[in-house]
Amino acid sequence: MFSSSLGKKYLMALTGIVLIGFVFVHMAGNLQVLLGQDKINAYAHALQSLPMPILWGSRLFLLVCVILHAWTAIVLIRENRAARPQGNDVEVTKRAGLSSLKMGLSGTILLFFIVFHLLHFTIRTVYPEYNDMMTTVGAPEGEEVHDVYTMVLAGFQHIWVSVFYIVAMFLLCGHLSHGFSSVFQSLGIRSDSWRVKIELGAKAYAWVIFLGFSIIPILVLGQKLDFISFFEPSLFSDSLAVR
Amino acid sequence: MKLILRVWRQDGAEDEGRFETHQLDGVSEDSSFLEMLDQLNEQLLEEGTEPILFDHDCREGICGTCSLTINGLAHGPEDSTTTCQLHMRKFSDGETVTIEPFRARAFPIVRDLVVDRSAFDRITQAGGYITVRTGSAPDGNAIPVPKDDSDKAMDAAACIGCGACVASCKNASAMLFTSAKAGHLNLLPQGKAEKDKRVLAMVEEMDNSGFGNCRNYGECSAACPKDISLDYIAKLNRDHAAAKVRKIFT
Repeated sequence: MFSSSLGKKYLMALTGIVLIGFVFVHMAGNLQVLLGQDKINAYAHALQSLPMPILWGSRLFLLVCVILHAWTAIVLIRENRAARPQGNDVEVTKRAGLSSLKMGLSGTILLFFIVFHLLHFTIRTVYPEYNDMMTTVGAPEGEEVHDVYTMVLAGFQHIWVSVFYIVAMFLLCGHLSHGFSSVFQSLGIRSDSWRVKIELGAKAYAWVIFLGFSIIPILVLGQKLDFISFFEPSLFSDSLAVR
Repeated sequence: MKLILRVWRQDGAEDEGRFETHQLDGVSEDSSFLEMLDQLNEQLLEEGTEPILFDHDCREGICGTCSLTINGLAHGPEDSTTTCQLHMRKFSDGETVTIEPFRARAFPIVRDLVVDRSAFDRITQAGGYITVRTGSAPDGNAIPVPKDDSDKAMDAAACIGCGACVASCKNASAMLFTSAKAGHLNLLPQGKAEKDKRVLAMVEEMDNSGFGNCRNYGECSAACPKDISLDYIAKLNRDHAAAKVRKIFT
């Protein structure tokens, strides 16, 4: 099923759909940080308290999708290079957009981003002190939970971290705008008249994802640099900004 | 008009190849691109050097024999036009024009600008036909075909198999050609009976010939002298997936 050239494209599209859906859910979850410390902490705690098979099953499934997506991309790119060993001396691009031409580059950087992001917030080895950030805010009666709210605010205090996150989300925006519309093309699940609508829809989706993710580091940086005052409790004390 | 021509010369498939630069004077704006090359070859013969080899046949844009990548564009700068139908008025006096062969591993260079496009013939031979005789025109007219389907089949059948889609594709993919040939027959009642077998065989042959994978850039359709749409690629993807799934259950 997946051995032919078209089969590999199906695999790219199917794993892509999973990741396209995941980023939306992830973004919607993140936005709860704007609703306050108790909301985001409670949400994060609820996710982490999911029954073991569901939590680890989903994590494993997502990981497999990322690996398959990246691996298939490598195989396809190698085949594509072999298919055209010598390019034109004068190389002209007539129709393809920059985001579609740079899928490999944006994908590679996003892969590094995913690894960094997991080490940053999930495995917490980038800043091990996150492990000690526990709180009763947003926790069930008599318990302590990971203070995700503080972690997020602390994490984006570092300008380079925020910039890396925003750049990565911009690349994700480009990756999605070509990837999402390609899903319909690669699987052939579109009628002739839907092409333009699908391309516009994919672009809109990509920008929603970009804005939804980036608004958080933008707001944190804005508050750190005293342009806006949004987060309450602000936690912009020296104790947090150090490190 | 006067032109500086940078032309690709290659003695055979194994040769490395190189660009040769020639100046050509007195080119008429009304001559076609191939007539301009004829003029260059006459000049080369007078100088006592080997003429440049290039493919051509009907010179009226319907046979698909002429090729050439001109200034980086398959069939040159004019949309929906083959090289033979391209006229020198599209270029300016004193311009440097770079002429290259259609480049793809599946299209080995025979000599100079001539490439071997028999990989396309093999794809057609793998399934681009209807096995049984379907009768002549009156018999065809007796089969009801929805207008929409016949229009789409006709648009796909407009493919002349020139290979510009492969040459313009960054990955040398033959998806536009294969999808046009398969789509043309798959849309019609006479061809539907063998749809699954056709799609699987043609894609397999396409893969075996060493073409690249489609990345949905759309460069192929932009270069196509017959404006074959990406819709046919979507249809081939769909037909192929359906054929694969059906194969599991048969």
